[in-house]
Amino acid sequence: MVATLEMPETTSPTIVNQPEQVPKAEIERAMIEIEQLDFAYGAHQVLHGVNLNIPARAVTAFIGPSGCGKTTLLRCLNRMNDLIDSARITQGAIRIEGVDINAPGVDVVDLRRRVGMVFQKSNPFPKSIYDNVAYGLRIAGITKRSLIDEAVEKSLRSAALWEEVKDRLHVSGYGLSGGQQQRLCIARALAVEPEIVLMDEPCSALDPIATAKVEELIRQLKEQYTIVIVTHNMQQAGRCSDHTAFFYLGRLIEFDQTAKIFSNPAQRQTEEYITGRFG
Amino acid sequence: MIAIAFKSRRTRRTERVIFWLLRLATYFILACATYIFLDIGIKGSRTVFTSTPPFINLPFLTEPPQTLYVFDYDGKKMTLSDRQFREWKSAHAGVDVEATSVAYSAGGIWPCIVGTALLVIGSMALALGIGISSAIYLSEYSRNGRWIRLVRIAILNLAGVPSIVFGLFGFGLFVIFFGWNVSLIAGWFTLGLMVLPAIITASEESLRAVPQGLREGSLALGASKWQTIRKNVLPYALPGILTSSILGIARVAGETAPIMFTAAYAMKDEMPWQVAKFTDFFFQGVMALPYHIYVVSSKIPQNEYTERVQYGSAFVFLFLVMLIALTSIVLRERSRSRLSW
Repeated sequence: MVATLEMPETTSPTIVNQPEQVPKAEIERAMIEIEQLDFAYGAHQVLHGVNLNIPARAVTAFIGPSGCGKTTLLRCLNRMNDLIDSARITQGAIRIEGVDINAPGVDVVDLRRRVGMVFQKSNPFPKSIYDNVAYGLRIAGITKRSLIDEAVEKSLRSAALWEEVKDRLHVSGYGLSGGQQQRLCIARALAVEPEIVLMDEPCSALDPIATAKVEELIRQLKEQYTIVIVTHNMQQAGRCSDHTAFFYLGRLIEFDQTAKIFSNPAQRQTEEYITGRFG
Repeated sequence: MIAIAFKSRRTRRTERVIFWLLRLATYFILACATYIFLDIGIKGSRTVFTSTPPFINLPFLTEPPQTLYVFDYDGKKMTLSDRQFREWKSAHAGVDVEATSVAYSAGGIWPCIVGTALLVIGSMALALGIGISSAIYLSEYSRNGRWIRLVRIAILNLAGVPSIVFGLFGFGLFVIFFGWNVSLIAGWFTLGLMVLPAIITASEESLRAVPQGLREGSLALGASKWQTIRKNVLPYALPGILTSSILGIARVAGETAPIMFTAAYAMKDEMPWQVAKFTDFFFQGVMALPYHIYVVSSKIPQNEYTERVQYGSAFVFLFLVMLIALTSIVLRERSRSRLSW
C-alpha cells in the first residue's frame, strides 16, 4: 500500500502540523494511517486533528511532554481506549492496511491480536514464564504442545530472554527482574505474531542496563515488525527510532525522520522541547 | 521562669475514673465471652466426650434423637432411649413399669448435623453461583450509571434485612406460592438470598483487587473479554471470593429464623437420603442444628434430662462454626501469601 501524503489542512490555524517534511520516498509503505483524529474523554478533548502516517517495518517514536496525548493516541491504535467509559473518537479515522479499525463490524479481538502492546508497567501474569508466553497462543485455540513449545522458544529468543530463562521456564514470571519482566511481556506480545507492536514507555521503570537491552531489542525487531513507541526519554527516541512524532497539547506538531527532528527541526516548539526549554 | 502547673486533684480523679470505666467495659466483654464458652464447653463436653475410650460419645454424633424413658425398676433408676426401652420391655415381658418420657433427650443429633450440612452446601452453591455471576457483571461489564447505583443500593439494603423477614419471605414465596412446602429447596433459596449481598460484596472486592494491568495485558493479546475474565481475572479473584464466602457459610449454618418456616423439621425419622424417588430429596424438610437447639430449649418441658442434649448440641454447633471460621482465616492467609502483586 502506498501512503497518502496529501494531508488535509489542520483545523488549528496557530499550529502548522502538516508533516510535509517527510519526503515521499522515505515512507515506502504506510502501515497505519491516522486521519484528522479527534479524541475526547467525556467533554475533555485530548487529541486535535492528528494526521499521521506510520511506516511499516520501522520504529516510530511519539515524544512530547506529559499529558500531550501520545499514550492516548497509541491506545487508539489497538482500541484499548474502548475499556474506558466515556472515552471516544469524536472525529477522523484510523486505518491499518487500509481498514478503518473503528468501523462497525471490525473484530476488535482480531485487531488486538494483530496489533500487540507492551505496557509502561510490566504486567506479567502470575503464571510461569512458559505460561505467560503461551497465553496468547492458547487463547487463540492452539493446543498442540509442540507448536506452543516452539513458539515459546522463538518468542523468548526474539525478546533476548531465552538464554536467561531457558532453565527455569516453569517458575513464576514474578521471580524475574524488572528488565526481564518487561522483556517477558515483549516475548508474550511477539508470541501471537502481531504485525504491529505498540510500546508505551517500555523502559520507564528500568535501569540503564535493562533499558539498553530493550532498546537493542527494539532495533532488531523492526526487521519484522512495525513498531510504535511512546517515550519520555528523548535520547531513547534518538537511539532507536527511525521516525519521530512530536506532540504538544493534543496536537501533532512535527513528524519527520528522527535524525532531522533532532538535528534540524522545522518547528520552533519542537526545537524548544528537544533542547529542554519546556516540557 | 516557666511555672509548670501541676494537675489539679480533680483532673487526676477524672482521668482515673475514665481509665477504669474504659478498662472495665473491655473486661466485661471478655468475662461474658469466657463465661459463655466455658459454660457451653464444660457442660457440652459432658455430653460429647466420655471418660472411657474412644473418649468421644459416638452415639451422640451418629444417632438420631430419641425419646428418653425414665423409670424405677428393682430399686434402680433406669434411663433408656426409645430403642433400648423397647428391647428392655421385650426382655422383661410381663413387667409393668410407669415410665416418664422426655422428648429428644436420648440418642444423638446426627440428622441435625446432616441437615445443616445439606442446607449449607445447597444454599452456598446457589449463592456463589448467582453472587459471583452478578459480581462479575457489576465489576467487569456494567458501566457506572444511575441504574447500576440503584442496583448497588438494593444489594446493600438486602444485607440489612433481618433474618426473620427472610424467613417470612421464603415462607410466603417458596413454601406457599411456589408450593414447595417446607423443604430443602425452599431453605436453600431463602438462605441463599440471605447471604447473597455478602457474597456479591466480597466477590466484587476480590475482583477489583486484581490489577487492571492483567486485564489489559490479556486483552492486548487478542483475548476476548470473557476469555480474559475466565483465564486471567477469575482465577486470581477466586481464593479471595471463596475465603470470604466461608464466613457466609458460618452465617448460613447459624441462622434459625430463615429456616424455621421454610426447611426445618423438629423431628424426622428418615435420613434425608431415604426418599422414595430422586426428586423427593429436594422437597423434604430436614432437621437442623440451630433449630434443634431452639426446639430442645424452648419447645419441650424442661427437666434435669434435657440439659444433656441442649448443651451437647450447642457445643457441637459452636465447634463446627468455629472450625469453618478458622478454615476461612487459614485459607485467607495462605492465598494472601501466594498471590501478591
